Amino acid sequence: MFPSLLIDYSSRLKAVPAMRNIFLFLRRYFTFLTFIMLQVFALWMLFNYNRHHRAAFLGVATEMTGRINTQVDKLDDYFHQGEENKRVHRMNDSLLNLLKTNLSYVDTGSSLVTDTLRQDSTVTLLRYVWRNAKVVYNTINAEQNYMQINRGSQYGIRDDMAVLSSDGAVVGVVVNVSPNFSQVMSLLHVQNSVSASHQKTGTLGKIEWDARDPKYVSLKGISRSVDIKTGDTIVTSRYTYNFPPNYLIGTVAEITNDPATGFYFLKIKTAANFSGIQQVLVVENIQRDEQLQLAKDTEKKIEQQKNKQR
Amino acid sequence: MSDLVKNILRFIVFLVVQVFVLNKIPFLHQFVVPYLYFLFIIWLPFSVSRFGLLVIGFFTGLILDYFTMTPGMHAASCVLISYARPFIINLLIPKDTEEFNYREPSPRALGWAPYTVYVLILTLFHHSYLTLLQWLQFGTFLQFLIKVGATTAISMLLIFTTELLFPRKIKYRTNTA
Repeated sequence: MFPSLLIDYSSRLKAVPAMRNIFLFLRRYFTFLTFIMLQVFALWMLFNYNRHHRAAFLGVATEMTGRINTQVDKLDDYFHQGEENKRVHRMNDSLLNLLKTNLSYVDTGSSLVTDTLRQDSTVTLLRYVWRNAKVVYNTINAEQNYMQINRGSQYGIRDDMAVLSSDGAVVGVVVNVSPNFSQVMSLLHVQNSVSASHQKTGTLGKIEWDARDPKYVSLKGISRSVDIKTGDTIVTSRYTYNFPPNYLIGTVAEITNDPATGFYFLKIKTAANFSGIQQVLVVENIQRDEQLQLAKDTEKKIEQQKNKQR
Repeated sequence: MSDLVKNILRFIVFLVVQVFVLNKIPFLHQFVVPYLYFLFIIWLPFSVSRFGLLVIGFFTGLILDYFTMTPGMHAASCVLISYARPFIINLLIPKDTEEFNYREPSPRALGWAPYTVYVLILTLFHHSYLTLLQWLQFGTFLQFLIKVGATTAISMLLIFTTELLFPRKIKYRTNTA
Protein backbone atom coordinates (compact mmCIF):
# COMPACT_ATOMS: atom_id res chain seq x y z
CA MET A 1 0.00 0.00 0.00
CA PHE A 2 2.69 2.42 0.96
CA PRO A 3 4.88 1.92 -2.11
CA SER A 4 1.93 2.33 -4.43
CA LEU A 5 1.10 5.64 -2.81
CA LEU A 6 4.65 6.72 -3.23
CA ILE A 7 4.62 5.92 -6.90
CA ASP A 8 1.41 7.82 -7.38
CA TYR A 9 2.81 10.84 -5.67
CA SER A 10 6.06 10.84 -7.60
CA SER A 11 4.33 10.43 -10.95
CA ARG A 12 2.17 13.42 -10.19
CA LEU A 13 5.27 15.36 -9.33
CA LYS A 14 6.78 14.43 -12.62
CA ALA A 15 3.68 15.35 -14.56
CA VAL A 16 3.78 18.97 -13.52
CA PRO A 17 7.28 19.77 -14.84
CA ALA A 18 6.44 17.88 -18.02
CA MET A 19 3.53 20.20 -18.69
CA ARG A 20 5.67 23.15 -17.82
CA ASN A 21 8.30 21.96 -20.22
CA ILE A 22 5.77 21.86 -23.01
CA PHE A 23 4.75 25.42 -22.29
CA LEU A 24 8.37 26.47 -22.08
CA PHE A 25 9.04 24.77 -25.37
CA LEU A 26 6.04 26.44 -26.99
CA ARG A 27 7.07 29.83 -25.70
CA ARG A 28 10.66 29.40 -26.72
CA TYR A 29 9.91 28.21 -30.25
CA PHE A 30 6.70 30.18 -30.69
CA THR A 31 8.03 32.16 -33.67
CA PHE A 32 9.46 29.09 -35.31
CA LEU A 33 6.21 27.18 -34.86
CA THR A 34 4.23 30.12 -36.27
CA PHE A 35 6.60 30.17 -39.21
CA ILE A 36 6.09 26.46 -39.86
CA MET A 37 2.32 26.80 -39.49
CA LEU A 38 2.08 29.72 -41.93
CA GLN A 39 4.32 27.90 -44.40
CA VAL A 40 2.20 24.76 -44.25
CA PHE A 41 -0.97 26.78 -44.66
CA ALA A 42 0.42 28.70 -47.65
CA LEU A 43 1.70 25.56 -49.37
CA TRP A 44 -1.56 23.75 -48.70
CA MET A 45 -3.43 26.63 -50.34
CA LEU A 46 -1.09 26.61 -53.32
CA PHE A 47 -1.23 22.89 -54.05
CA ASN A 48 -4.93 22.77 -53.43
CA TYR A 49 -5.43 25.62 -55.86
CA ASN A 50 -3.25 24.13 -58.55
CA ARG A 51 -5.25 20.93 -58.46
CA HIS A 52 -8.82 22.15 -58.06
CA HIS A 53 -8.67 25.92 -58.61
CA ARG A 54 -10.24 26.45 -55.22
CA ALA A 55 -8.81 28.39 -52.32
CA ALA A 56 -9.90 29.83 -49.00
CA PHE A 57 -11.70 33.19 -49.20
CA LEU A 58 -11.24 33.18 -52.96
CA GLY A 59 -14.82 34.32 -53.62
CA VAL A 60 -14.55 37.35 -51.35
CA ALA A 61 -11.03 38.10 -52.56
CA THR A 62 -12.13 37.96 -56.20
CA GLU A 63 -14.91 40.44 -55.50
CA MET A 64 -12.41 42.80 -53.88
CA THR A 65 -9.67 42.50 -56.49
CA GLY A 66 -12.34 42.73 -59.17
CA ARG A 67 -13.55 46.09 -57.92
CA ILE A 68 -10.03 47.49 -57.75
CA ASN A 69 -9.09 46.04 -61.12
CA THR A 70 -12.21 47.54 -62.72
CA GLN A 71 -11.20 51.02 -61.60
CA VAL A 72 -7.63 50.67 -62.86
CA ASP A 73 -8.88 49.10 -66.06
CA LYS A 74 -10.95 52.18 -66.89
CA LEU A 75 -7.68 54.04 -67.33
CA ASP A 76 -5.91 51.16 -69.02
CA ASP A 77 -8.62 50.99 -71.68
CA TYR A 78 -7.49 54.19 -73.35
CA PHE A 79 -4.24 52.58 -74.40
CA HIS A 80 -5.85 49.71 -76.28
CA GLN A 81 -8.95 51.33 -77.72
CA GLY A 82 -7.66 51.71 -81.28
CA GLU A 83 -6.68 48.09 -81.57
CA GLU A 84 -9.90 46.90 -80.02
CA ASN A 85 -11.90 49.07 -82.39
CA LYS A 86 -10.18 47.44 -85.35
CA ARG A 87 -10.95 43.96 -84.02
CA VAL A 88 -14.62 44.73 -83.54
CA HIS A 89 -14.81 46.33 -86.96
CA ARG A 90 -13.24 43.26 -88.55
CA MET A 91 -15.73 41.04 -86.80
CA ASN A 92 -18.63 43.23 -87.98
CA ASP A 93 -17.23 43.10 -91.47
CA SER A 94 -17.18 39.33 -91.47
CA LEU A 95 -20.73 39.24 -90.17
CA LEU A 96 -21.97 41.76 -92.73
CA ASN A 97 -20.65 39.51 -95.45
CA LEU A 98 -23.05 36.83 -94.27
CA LEU A 99 -26.14 38.99 -94.83
CA LYS A 100 -28.65 37.71 -97.31
CA THR A 101 -28.94 41.07 -99.03
CA ASN A 102 -25.41 40.63 -100.35
CA LEU A 103 -26.60 37.89 -102.62
CA SER A 104 -28.29 38.60 -105.92
CA TYR A 105 -30.35 35.78 -107.30
CA VAL A 106 -29.51 35.65 -110.97
CA ASP A 107 -30.13 31.98 -111.22
CA THR A 108 -33.87 31.72 -110.78
CA GLY A 109 -33.71 27.96 -110.68
CA SER A 110 -32.23 27.95 -107.25
CA SER A 111 -33.23 30.19 -104.43
CA LEU A 112 -31.95 30.60 -100.94
CA VAL A 113 -34.53 29.33 -98.51
CA THR A 114 -34.14 29.70 -94.83
CA ASP A 115 -35.50 26.73 -92.99
CA THR A 116 -37.53 28.58 -90.39
CA LEU A 117 -38.62 25.45 -88.61
CA ARG A 118 -35.05 24.57 -87.66
CA GLN A 119 -34.29 28.07 -86.52
CA ASP A 120 -37.45 28.47 -84.52
CA SER A 121 -37.05 25.42 -82.40
CA THR A 122 -34.36 27.12 -80.40
CA VAL A 123 -34.83 24.99 -77.34
CA THR A 124 -33.37 21.92 -78.94
CA LEU A 125 -31.12 23.43 -81.57
CA LEU A 126 -29.45 26.32 -79.81
CA ARG A 127 -26.17 24.92 -78.63
CA TYR A 128 -23.92 27.86 -77.82
CA VAL A 129 -24.91 30.97 -75.90
CA TRP A 130 -22.61 33.97 -76.18
CA ARG A 131 -22.21 36.52 -73.45
CA ASN A 132 -20.12 39.65 -73.59
CA ALA A 133 -17.59 40.54 -70.91
CA LYS A 134 -14.77 42.95 -70.28
CA VAL A 135 -11.29 41.94 -69.20
CA VAL A 136 -10.36 43.92 -66.10
CA TYR A 137 -7.00 42.36 -65.26
CA ASN A 138 -4.64 40.42 -67.42
CA THR A 139 -1.00 39.39 -67.24
CA ILE A 140 1.26 37.76 -69.81
CA ASN A 141 4.56 37.74 -67.94
CA ALA A 142 3.98 34.86 -65.55
CA GLU A 143 4.02 31.15 -66.22
CA GLN A 144 0.45 30.91 -65.06
CA ASN A 145 -1.46 33.78 -66.56
CA TYR A 146 -5.01 34.48 -65.53
CA MET A 147 -7.49 37.10 -66.62
CA GLN A 148 -10.24 38.59 -64.61
CA ILE A 149 -13.50 39.46 -66.38
CA ASN A 150 -16.33 41.58 -65.09
CA ARG A 151 -19.08 38.97 -65.35
CA GLY A 152 -19.78 36.36 -62.74
CA SER A 153 -22.28 33.76 -61.63
CA GLN A 154 -25.03 36.41 -61.45
CA TYR A 155 -24.65 36.86 -65.18
CA GLY A 156 -24.77 33.13 -65.80
CA ILE A 157 -21.05 32.47 -66.10
CA ARG A 158 -19.97 29.08 -64.83
CA ASP A 159 -16.74 27.10 -64.66
CA ASP A 160 -15.27 25.63 -67.85
CA MET A 161 -16.97 28.05 -70.24
CA ALA A 162 -14.90 29.09 -73.23
CA VAL A 163 -13.63 32.64 -73.65
CA LEU A 164 -13.02 34.13 -77.09
CA SER A 165 -11.69 37.55 -78.00
CA SER A 166 -13.85 40.13 -79.75
CA ASP A 167 -12.70 38.91 -83.17
CA GLY A 168 -13.43 35.31 -82.32
CA ALA A 169 -9.96 34.07 -81.43
CA VAL A 170 -9.48 31.63 -78.55
CA VAL A 171 -8.44 33.28 -75.29
CA GLY A 172 -9.01 30.82 -72.46
CA VAL A 173 -11.34 28.94 -70.15
CA VAL A 174 -13.23 30.12 -67.05
CA VAL A 175 -11.84 28.44 -63.95
CA ASN A 176 -13.47 30.28 -61.10
CA VAL A 177 -16.52 32.47 -60.61
CA SER A 178 -17.66 34.85 -57.92
CA PRO A 179 -21.01 36.70 -58.07
CA ASN A 180 -19.73 39.62 -60.19
CA PHE A 181 -16.36 38.53 -61.54
CA SER A 182 -14.71 35.43 -62.90
CA GLN A 183 -11.17 34.22 -63.37
CA VAL A 184 -10.17 32.98 -66.78
CA MET A 185 -7.23 30.67 -67.31
CA SER A 186 -5.54 32.22 -70.28
CA LEU A 187 -4.22 30.18 -73.19
CA LEU A 188 -0.87 31.34 -71.83
CA HIS A 189 -0.91 29.05 -68.81
CA VAL A 190 1.41 26.09 -68.46
CA GLN A 191 -1.38 23.85 -67.21
CA ASN A 192 -3.70 24.73 -70.03
CA SER A 193 -4.47 22.30 -72.82
CA VAL A 194 -6.99 23.01 -75.55
CA SER A 195 -8.05 20.51 -78.15
CA ALA A 196 -7.32 21.92 -81.60
CA SER A 197 -7.48 20.81 -85.20
CA HIS A 198 -5.66 21.58 -88.42
CA GLN A 199 -8.35 23.25 -90.47
CA LYS A 200 -7.39 21.87 -93.87
CA THR A 201 -7.23 18.21 -92.90
CA GLY A 202 -9.17 18.14 -89.66
CA THR A 203 -6.39 16.35 -87.78
CA LEU A 204 -6.66 16.75 -84.05
CA GLY A 205 -3.94 17.89 -81.69
CA LYS A 206 -3.43 19.59 -78.39
CA ILE A 207 -2.45 23.22 -77.75
CA GLU A 208 -0.04 23.80 -74.90
CA TRP A 209 2.14 26.67 -73.74
CA ASP A 210 5.80 26.33 -72.78
CA ALA A 211 6.03 29.72 -70.99
CA ARG A 212 8.67 30.96 -73.46
CA ASP A 213 6.90 33.58 -75.50
CA PRO A 214 3.34 34.92 -75.16
CA LYS A 215 3.05 35.30 -78.93
CA TYR A 216 3.44 31.57 -79.57
CA VAL A 217 1.87 28.38 -78.28
CA SER A 218 2.76 24.85 -79.32
CA LEU A 219 0.61 22.24 -80.99
CA LYS A 220 1.42 18.62 -80.23
CA GLY A 221 0.10 15.27 -81.32
CA ILE A 222 -0.22 15.78 -85.06
CA SER A 223 1.30 12.87 -86.95
CA ARG A 224 4.01 13.52 -89.52
CA SER A 225 1.93 11.85 -92.22
CA VAL A 226 -0.29 14.94 -92.30
CA ASP A 227 0.68 17.58 -94.82
CA ILE A 228 1.25 20.82 -92.93
CA LYS A 229 2.72 24.06 -94.20
CA THR A 230 3.62 27.24 -92.39
CA GLY A 231 0.72 29.65 -92.38
CA ASP A 232 -1.89 26.91 -92.06
CA THR A 233 -4.84 27.73 -89.86
CA ILE A 234 -5.35 26.00 -86.55
CA VAL A 235 -8.88 26.13 -85.14
CA THR A 236 -10.78 24.70 -82.19
CA SER A 237 -11.71 21.06 -82.66
CA ARG A 238 -15.22 19.79 -83.22
CA TYR A 239 -14.96 17.45 -80.29
CA THR A 240 -14.34 19.73 -77.34
CA TYR A 241 -17.15 20.24 -74.94
CA ASN A 242 -16.49 23.86 -74.05
CA PHE A 243 -15.22 25.56 -77.23
CA PRO A 244 -17.48 26.10 -80.21
CA PRO A 245 -15.93 24.40 -83.27
CA ASN A 246 -13.91 26.14 -85.97
CA TYR A 247 -12.85 29.23 -84.09
CA LEU A 248 -9.40 30.55 -84.78
CA ILE A 249 -6.55 29.67 -82.42
CA GLY A 250 -3.65 30.73 -84.61
CA THR A 251 -1.50 29.99 -87.61
CA VAL A 252 1.46 27.64 -87.98
CA ALA A 253 4.67 29.64 -87.64
CA GLU A 254 7.33 26.98 -87.45
CA ILE A 255 7.40 23.26 -88.14
CA THR A 256 9.84 20.99 -86.31
CA ASN A 257 9.97 17.23 -86.46
CA ASP A 258 10.20 15.33 -83.25
CA PRO A 259 12.36 12.37 -84.30
CA ALA A 260 11.54 10.32 -81.21
CA THR A 261 7.78 10.16 -81.59
CA GLY A 262 6.96 10.62 -85.24
CA PHE A 263 4.85 13.65 -84.45
CA TYR A 264 5.24 17.23 -85.52
CA PHE A 265 6.16 19.86 -83.00
CA LEU A 266 4.38 22.94 -84.29
CA LYS A 267 4.88 26.50 -83.16
CA ILE A 268 1.61 28.37 -83.47
CA LYS A 269 1.32 32.14 -83.61
CA THR A 270 -1.72 32.97 -81.52
CA ALA A 271 -4.53 34.82 -83.26
CA ALA A 272 -5.44 36.73 -80.12
CA ASN A 273 -3.07 39.46 -79.04
CA PHE A 274 -2.92 38.74 -75.34
CA SER A 275 -1.17 41.93 -74.34
CA GLY A 276 -3.97 44.18 -75.56
CA ILE A 277 -7.08 42.19 -74.87
CA GLN A 278 -10.17 44.17 -73.84
CA GLN A 279 -13.58 42.86 -74.73
CA VAL A 280 -14.19 39.13 -74.74
CA LEU A 281 -17.07 36.77 -75.40
CA VAL A 282 -17.89 33.98 -73.00
CA VAL A 283 -19.40 30.97 -74.74
CA GLU A 284 -21.62 28.48 -72.99
CA ASN A 285 -22.24 25.07 -74.47
CA ILE A 286 -25.76 24.27 -73.36
CA GLN A 287 -25.36 20.57 -74.04
CA ARG A 288 -22.07 20.29 -72.17
CA ASP A 289 -23.47 18.65 -69.04
CA GLU A 290 -25.41 16.18 -71.13
CA GLN A 291 -22.33 15.33 -73.22
CA LEU A 292 -20.18 14.86 -70.15
CA GLN A 293 -22.84 12.72 -68.51
CA LEU A 294 -23.07 10.59 -71.63
CA ALA A 295 -19.31 10.12 -71.75
CA LYS A 296 -19.27 9.15 -68.09
CA ASP A 297 -22.17 6.73 -68.46
CA THR A 298 -20.53 5.12 -71.48
CA GLU A 299 -17.36 4.59 -69.54
CA LYS A 300 -19.30 3.01 -66.71
CA LYS A 301 -21.20 0.76 -69.08
CA ILE A 302 -18.05 -0.45 -70.77
CA GLU A 303 -16.54 -1.16 -67.39
CA GLN A 304 -19.61 -3.25 -66.53
CA GLN A 305 -19.38 -5.12 -69.83
CA LYS A 306 -15.76 -5.95 -69.13
CA ASN A 307 -16.64 -7.34 -65.73
CA LYS A 308 -19.43 -9.45 -67.22
CA GLN A 309 -17.16 -11.07 -69.77
CA ARG A 310 -14.70 -12.20 -67.14
CA MET B 1 3.46 60.67 -39.90
CA SER B 2 3.48 57.77 -37.54
CA ASP B 3 5.23 54.56 -38.45
CA LEU B 4 1.94 52.73 -38.75
CA VAL B 5 0.35 55.15 -41.22
CA LYS B 6 3.57 55.39 -43.18
CA ASN B 7 3.84 51.64 -43.51
CA ILE B 8 0.21 51.21 -44.49
CA LEU B 9 0.69 53.78 -47.26
CA ARG B 10 3.90 52.07 -48.32
CA PHE B 11 2.13 48.73 -48.42
CA ILE B 12 -0.56 50.10 -50.72
CA VAL B 13 1.94 51.82 -53.00
CA PHE B 14 4.15 48.73 -53.30
CA LEU B 15 1.17 46.48 -54.05
CA VAL B 16 -0.26 48.87 -56.64
CA VAL B 17 3.13 49.21 -58.34
CA GLN B 18 3.65 45.44 -58.35
CA VAL B 19 0.15 44.50 -59.52
CA PHE B 20 -0.56 47.26 -62.01
CA VAL B 21 2.87 48.25 -63.27
CA LEU B 22 5.46 45.52 -62.88
CA ASN B 23 3.14 42.57 -63.55
CA LYS B 24 1.83 44.29 -66.64
CA ILE B 25 5.00 45.46 -68.33
CA PRO B 26 5.29 44.16 -71.90
CA PHE B 27 6.85 40.75 -72.18
CA LEU B 28 10.64 40.88 -72.49
CA HIS B 29 11.82 37.37 -71.81
CA GLN B 30 10.71 34.24 -70.02
CA PHE B 31 13.20 34.85 -67.21
CA VAL B 32 12.58 38.56 -66.86
CA VAL B 33 9.99 38.90 -64.13
CA PRO B 34 10.38 42.08 -62.11
CA TYR B 35 9.56 41.88 -58.41
CA LEU B 36 9.67 44.80 -56.03
CA TYR B 37 6.77 44.44 -53.58
CA PHE B 38 8.82 42.51 -50.98
CA LEU B 39 10.87 45.66 -50.39
CA PHE B 40 7.97 46.53 -48.09
CA ILE B 41 9.04 43.70 -45.77
CA ILE B 42 12.70 44.68 -46.07
CA TRP B 43 11.83 48.23 -45.05
CA LEU B 44 9.65 47.38 -42.03
CA PRO B 45 10.83 49.05 -38.80
CA PHE B 46 13.18 47.23 -36.44
CA SER B 47 10.59 47.53 -33.70
CA VAL B 48 8.18 45.02 -35.27
CA SER B 49 8.24 41.77 -33.32
CA ARG B 50 9.24 38.52 -35.00
CA PHE B 51 5.68 37.22 -34.74
CA GLY B 52 4.37 40.49 -36.18
CA LEU B 53 6.78 40.21 -39.09
CA LEU B 54 5.53 36.73 -39.92
CA VAL B 55 1.90 37.81 -39.89
CA ILE B 56 2.55 40.95 -41.93
CA GLY B 57 4.63 38.95 -44.41
CA PHE B 58 1.96 36.32 -44.80
CA PHE B 59 -0.79 38.81 -45.54
CA THR B 60 1.38 40.89 -47.87
CA GLY B 61 2.05 37.81 -49.95
CA LEU B 62 -1.51 36.57 -49.76
CA ILE B 63 -3.03 39.83 -50.98
CA LEU B 64 -0.66 39.88 -53.94
CA ASP B 65 -1.55 36.23 -54.53
CA TYR B 66 -5.22 37.02 -54.83
CA PHE B 67 -4.38 39.48 -57.58
CA THR B 68 -2.10 37.14 -59.50
CA MET B 69 -4.30 34.10 -58.78
CA THR B 70 -1.57 31.99 -57.20
CA PRO B 71 -2.97 31.62 -53.67
CA GLY B 72 -0.14 30.80 -51.25
CA MET B 73 2.86 31.16 -53.53
CA HIS B 74 3.97 34.68 -52.70
CA ALA B 75 2.65 34.23 -49.16
CA ALA B 76 5.03 31.32 -48.56
CA SER B 77 8.01 33.26 -49.92
CA CYS B 78 7.16 36.34 -47.87
CA VAL B 79 6.80 34.32 -44.68
CA LEU B 80 10.25 32.86 -45.36
CA ILE B 81 11.94 36.24 -45.71
CA SER B 82 10.03 37.65 -42.72
CA TYR B 83 11.37 34.74 -40.68
CA ALA B 84 14.93 35.15 -41.95
CA ARG B 85 15.01 38.93 -41.60
CA PRO B 86 15.77 39.29 -37.86
CA PHE B 87 18.63 36.76 -38.07
CA ILE B 88 20.32 38.62 -40.91
CA ILE B 89 19.82 41.99 -39.24
CA ASN B 90 21.40 40.62 -36.05
CA LEU B 91 24.41 39.52 -38.04
CA LEU B 92 24.85 42.83 -39.83
CA ILE B 93 23.92 45.36 -37.21
CA PRO B 94 26.84 47.20 -35.53
CA LYS B 95 27.57 45.60 -32.18
CA ASP B 96 27.72 48.72 -30.01
CA THR B 97 24.02 49.47 -29.79
CA GLU B 98 24.60 52.84 -28.14
CA GLU B 99 25.47 54.27 -31.53
CA PHE B 100 22.71 52.49 -33.33
CA ASN B 101 19.40 54.22 -33.11
CA TYR B 102 17.82 54.09 -36.53
CA ARG B 103 14.24 53.05 -36.93
CA GLU B 104 14.29 50.92 -40.02
CA PRO B 105 16.82 49.24 -42.33
CA SER B 106 18.19 51.67 -44.89
CA PRO B 107 21.55 52.21 -46.59
CA ARG B 108 22.25 55.00 -44.11
CA ALA B 109 21.34 52.97 -41.09
CA LEU B 110 23.37 49.90 -41.94
CA GLY B 111 25.89 51.33 -44.38
CA TRP B 112 25.79 50.60 -48.10
CA ALA B 113 27.78 47.36 -48.03
CA PRO B 114 25.92 45.61 -45.17
CA TYR B 115 22.61 46.88 -46.54
CA THR B 116 23.44 45.39 -49.94
CA VAL B 117 24.25 42.07 -48.32
CA TYR B 118 21.01 42.21 -46.30
CA VAL B 119 18.90 42.98 -49.37
CA LEU B 120 20.73 40.47 -51.55
CA ILE B 121 20.26 37.59 -49.11
CA LEU B 122 16.56 38.29 -48.61
CA THR B 123 15.98 38.77 -52.35
CA LEU B 124 17.78 35.53 -53.08
CA PHE B 125 15.73 33.70 -50.43
CA HIS B 126 12.49 35.13 -51.77
CA HIS B 127 13.19 34.37 -55.41
CA SER B 128 14.68 30.94 -54.82
CA TYR B 129 11.65 29.83 -52.87
CA LEU B 130 9.18 31.45 -55.26
CA THR B 131 10.86 29.97 -58.31
CA LEU B 132 11.15 26.60 -56.58
CA LEU B 133 7.39 26.56 -56.07
CA GLN B 134 6.84 27.44 -59.73
CA TRP B 135 9.44 24.91 -60.82
CA LEU B 136 7.62 22.13 -58.96
CA GLN B 137 4.78 22.57 -61.43
CA PHE B 138 6.69 23.36 -64.56
CA GLY B 139 10.16 23.65 -66.03
CA THR B 140 13.63 22.14 -65.96
CA PHE B 141 16.33 22.50 -63.32
CA LEU B 142 18.49 24.70 -65.53
CA GLN B 143 15.55 27.02 -66.13
CA PHE B 144 15.05 27.18 -62.37
CA LEU B 145 18.66 28.24 -61.75
CA ILE B 146 18.71 30.81 -64.53
CA LYS B 147 15.41 32.25 -63.42
CA VAL B 148 16.55 32.65 -59.81
CA GLY B 149 19.67 34.46 -61.01
CA ALA B 150 17.89 36.66 -63.51
CA THR B 151 14.98 37.67 -61.27
CA THR B 152 17.37 38.39 -58.38
CA ALA B 153 19.49 40.62 -60.59
CA ILE B 154 16.45 42.53 -61.82
CA SER B 155 15.04 42.92 -58.34
CA MET B 156 18.37 44.22 -57.04
CA LEU B 157 18.42 46.74 -59.85
CA LEU B 158 14.88 47.84 -59.03
CA ILE B 159 15.56 48.03 -55.31
CA PHE B 160 18.67 50.19 -55.73
CA THR B 161 16.87 52.41 -58.21
CA THR B 162 14.15 52.86 -55.60
CA GLU B 163 16.71 53.57 -52.89
CA LEU B 164 18.39 56.22 -55.00
CA LEU B 165 15.16 57.79 -56.23
CA PHE B 166 13.45 57.88 -52.86
CA PRO B 167 16.09 58.33 -50.18
CA ARG B 168 14.33 58.00 -46.86
CA LYS B 169 14.95 60.68 -44.26
CA ILE B 170 16.92 59.52 -41.28
CA LYS B 171 14.54 58.76 -38.47
CA TYR B 172 16.01 58.35 -35.04
CA ARG B 173 14.52 56.20 -32.40
CA THR B 174 13.99 58.45 -29.40
CA ASN B 175 12.90 57.78 -25.89
CA THR B 176 10.06 60.25 -26.10
CA ALA B 177 8.36 58.84 -29.16
